[in-house]
Amino acid sequence: MTHQPSELELDRRAFRSRRERRSVLVAIASTLAFAVIVWATLASTPGWAIVQAAFFDPEVALRSLPRVWDGFLLNLQVLGMSVVTVGVCALFLATLRTLPGAVFFPLRVLAAAYTDVFRGLPFIIVLYLFGFGIPTLTGERVPPIVLGTLCITLTYSAYVSEVIRAGIEAVHPSQRLAARALGLSYAQTLRRVVLPQAFRKITPPLMNDFVAMQKDVGLISILGAVDAVRAAQIMNAQTYNFTPYVVAGILFILLAIPSVRLTDWYTARLRQREQMGSIV
Amino acid sequence: MSAVLTASGIWKAFGDKEVLRGISLELEANEVVALIGPSGSGKSTLLRCLNLLEPIDDGQILLGGDDISDPRVDADGVRARFGVVFQHYNLFPHLSVLDNVTLAARRVHRMPRQEAEDRAMRWLERIGLADKAREHPDRLSGGQQQRAAIARAIMTDPEVLLLDEITSALDPELVGEVLDLVRELASDGATILMATHEMAFARDVAHRVLFLDGGVVVEEGPARELFAAPREPRTREFLARLSA
Ligand SMILES: Nc1ncnc2c1ncn2[C@@H]1O[C@H](COP(=O)(O)OP(=O)(O)OP(=O)(O)O)[C@@H](O)[C@H]1O
Ligand SMILES: [Mg+2]
Repeated sequence: MTHQPSELELDRRAFRSRRERRSVLVAIASTLAFAVIVWATLASTPGWAIVQAAFFDPEVALRSLPRVWDGFLLNLQVLGMSVVTVGVCALFLATLRTLPGAVFFPLRVLAAAYTDVFRGLPFIIVLYLFGFGIPTLTGERVPPIVLGTLCITLTYSAYVSEVIRAGIEAVHPSQRLAARALGLSYAQTLRRVVLPQAFRKITPPLMNDFVAMQKDVGLISILGAVDAVRAAQIMNAQTYNFTPYVVAGILFILLAIPSVRLTDWYTARLRQREQMGSIV
Repeated sequence: MSAVLTASGIWKAFGDKEVLRGISLELEANEVVALIGPSGSGKSTLLRCLNLLEPIDDGQILLGGDDISDPRVDADGVRARFGVVFQHYNLFPHLSVLDNVTLAARRVHRMPRQEAEDRAMRWLERIGLADKAREHPDRLSGGQQQRAAIARAIMTDPEVLLLDEITSALDPELVGEVLDLVRELASDGATILMATHEMAFARDVAHRVLFLDGGVVVEEGPARELFAAPREPRTREFLARLSA
């Protein structure tokens, strides 16, 4: 037997859905009106035509897209490799920094020094030092992809390890105690109990670092790799037009949006499943 | 009868504060012993020292004849021989109830997954939580969480079960279901050392009671005798304050 809603409740539901429909319509209308006003203002501004021709030329955009896209694939490769190497190195650093006991004091200090140095060092200096320095030392040509991945890993491992460490330290000590009481070793406790909880807590800041990394892979153009930025630069030199940069920029933005949305969705789902706040 | 757990002359200090000052106790097989005493008397500290979660400053602990206070023993292996239930359950929030209960069996005792889960399900059925096996702990009431925590502790047949005020974080109407489970384990022959504020329960279930105060065992004796006729003035005062 299911509950039959009363007349009163049906009335209220009808009112609510009417109100909802109306507010959706209002939102659409106001967005359209706003867009029209912005467009009209821009179009009537003197000089807009020049701006449009220099930055938003559809023809140049179309012509530069294939080359910029090819370069972008290189950025994606570096990004893909870096995600793995940064993940491994950062986890390693965070584990070192949280090791207990006097024996590991030198390791803790070393890891701390590393993170301090590479969080402080501007990424561009890392690129120059390692990206150009290493080929000079070895006297051999190292593919820019490898150098780029190396530089990203050096810098981002420092940032990400700090986030992971914060996550590890945010797991309540009673959780470690319970795990150790069951006979789990230090490493098992870390892997089975502490890290899974830590990663749930730090997903948003980790995704932030991931988005920052997505943008910084654009800097490997400095190393001579023909990536999206470099390709845009070449097209810009050929066409005397800035549209290729806009095209490259849009590609990077499109790359970032899914990650950002994914984080929101993921954190919402976790919160729902675990009601994290309710746990002592 | 033989002693399962023997502690003698346990000393423990945090900084300058001496919390345990030469405590000795003995637990026979199938025996239930209650630790009572005012807040801060060192009950939790003693329990943590016994299963090596806390290093001791002096004394000796024997478990089944092995000197587990010897620094050369494998501490993880020793802890796996104890079952511990905490005041705040301390279930793992990221794991389902079933995974909580099987974690030690699988990762410490290397039981195959299927075997561990079958065993866990039998326990969960017995304590009435079989339908919650796939839920995460926060979906359970406090009493259910504490019973799941007990299942986690006894899953691997520990030689000694240490219970640290396992009902004091529970709403009064949930205390009964948890105590009933402990009563059942006791009548099944579990060896239990429990810190508790539930005097009626201690009198009912425990064979012996230890009254702890100021880091020493002030008085110990059979449960009925100690509650009916405490010998030491401090014990009398403590019990009188509770019943007032
Ligand atoms: N890790 C620690 N560091 C410093 N002091 C501690 C620590 N753990 C316990 N203590 C101190 O040791 C004393 C005994 O604490 P313990 O928790 O063992 O008491 P208890 O008898 O269990 O009390 P309660 O009945 O309130 O649970 C307290 O004074 C406490 O402040
Ligand atoms: Mg306590």
